[in-house]
Amino acid sequence: MISEQLLYSLAGIGLFGIGLRATLLHHMLLPRLLALNVCGAGVFLIFIAIAYGGVEIMADPVPHALVLTGIVVAVSATAMALALGRRLEALNDE
Amino acid sequence: MTDTLAMLAIFSGLFFFFSGSIGLLRLPDLFSRLHALAKADNVGLALIALGVIILEPALINDIKIVIIWLLVMAASAISSHLVARHALRENRNDD
Amino acid sequence: MIELLWSIFDITLVLILLALAWTTCSTQDVMRAVTLFIAMGLLLAIVWARLKAPDLALAEAVIGAGISGALLLSAIRDYPSTSMVTHRSRLTEGIINSLTLALMILMSWAAWHGLNMSDGVRLSEQVNSQLPVSGVSNPVTAVLLNFRAYDTLLELAVVLTAVLTVLTLNEKRADHEASSPLLQGMTRWLVPLLVVTSGYLLWVGAHAPGGAFQAGAMLAAAMILLQLAYPSRRQAFNNHLLKILLVIGILTFMLVGLWMMSLNDDFLAFTPAWAGTLILIIEAAATVSIATALTLAYIGGRPIGWEGVGREDTHRTNRSIIENGGAE
Repeated sequence: MISEQLLYSLAGIGLFGIGLRATLLHHMLLPRLLALNVCGAGVFLIFIAIAYGGVEIMADPVPHALVLTGIVVAVSATAMALALGRRLEALNDE
Repeated sequence: MTDTLAMLAIFSGLFFFFSGSIGLLRLPDLFSRLHALAKADNVGLALIALGVIILEPALINDIKIVIIWLLVMAASAISSHLVARHALRENRNDD
Repeated sequence: MIELLWSIFDITLVLILLALAWTTCSTQDVMRAVTLFIAMGLLLAIVWARLKAPDLALAEAVIGAGISGALLLSAIRDYPSTSMVTHRSRLTEGIINSLTLALMILMSWAAWHGLNMSDGVRLSEQVNSQLPVSGVSNPVTAVLLNFRAYDTLLELAVVLTAVLTVLTLNEKRADHEASSPLLQGMTRWLVPLLVVTSGYLLWVGAHAPGGAFQAGAMLAAAMILLQLAYPSRRQAFNNHLLKILLVIGILTFMLVGLWMMSLNDDFLAFTPAWAGTLILIIEAAATVSIATALTLAYIGGRPIGWEGVGREDTHRTNRSIIENGGAE
């Protein structure tokens, strides 16, 4: 059968494609933000799939650390994008 | 012997989760769906927790699993209450 | 037989994940999209657990599903039933679809080729060989806070920058009405439990899955829960103290790094005898900083009286300040 690494890498690529398509299609901020987060989840999945070594061997800890950093940075970037969006709306309303 | 008991518990838990999900999809109203989710999922979780406790040798992990089950039940009860409260308020505002 | 069952499990998990992502990105209702995104975050946590990444499963469940979900839900609070139709022309949609598909095919070819050509060298062997001198026994914590400590320092800087942006641009969102007494009752016992669990996660990160980020996010979740249950309560922390808590993580990290540079000729090169203690100190400061940062990000902007210069009277309630016309 297809190896787990390849299966989850393809899943990550699929997630990235779905997110990318939705980012390019929408106009509003919020759907694009959700789609970018989905892209990010796809990239993390590719990292962890490559780091996975099987049931017996320990998984690679370096991609794990990188993805952990990535998760925290993604949520900070989402918060910043929401703040920018809120401010833009307030400016547009004036 | 313990393996079959554990598998029995886990599979009946799965059945409860499955029926809860069918209830979520098929029932007509928000409140009846909440009813299905809160009740069926909690019993399903209790059975799965029971199955895992049977399989797990260390006592400290069994205690942790029971605590997790209690916390999930409390959280599910409070969330269902909040969702129902919000839905009731919206219905009242619409009239 | 076991292999077959694991393959079925993997394929089912992947299919559900892709279906959730597709529905999140193509649904029309904004509330539904955010809810499905939270569900996708939880499913992703299960995927991390399946791929033997328990630290990531913890972090994804707390940060990706919890904090991110709370952020998005509070952002759409004022307009929860917006519809998100796309207005692109047929031609543009066709171009976007075909380009994305082409990119995905190219990436799949690259992934397949790359996985086939790998030479089997895994970084886990190198990390394992250096683990005794790192001061901790959890390899992910060792990588995060010792071998690649510089990345973590810069990550704390990124979080601080994002929170500074949030604070500069907006004032905090308006408080909502008082919440249900059931929620208040649950918060009374849940928040202390969350604080204790966060401290446990911080401590246990040295030898089991856990660490500063999970602990900080759980602390932030406890604060968000407090904010939801008691919205009009006066602010618990002095604004001055909040500013100190925000920077203490990165400050501690840099001071320890500079001190190690004075001892060992290299920035952030921990002496192996003290590495465990130093990592714990850095993680504790980082936990507090991350919790403050994520809570302020959820609040959405400056709390009342943040930009006060000189004497600021922070013992008034928020409500009386709103009635009297804003910060002075």
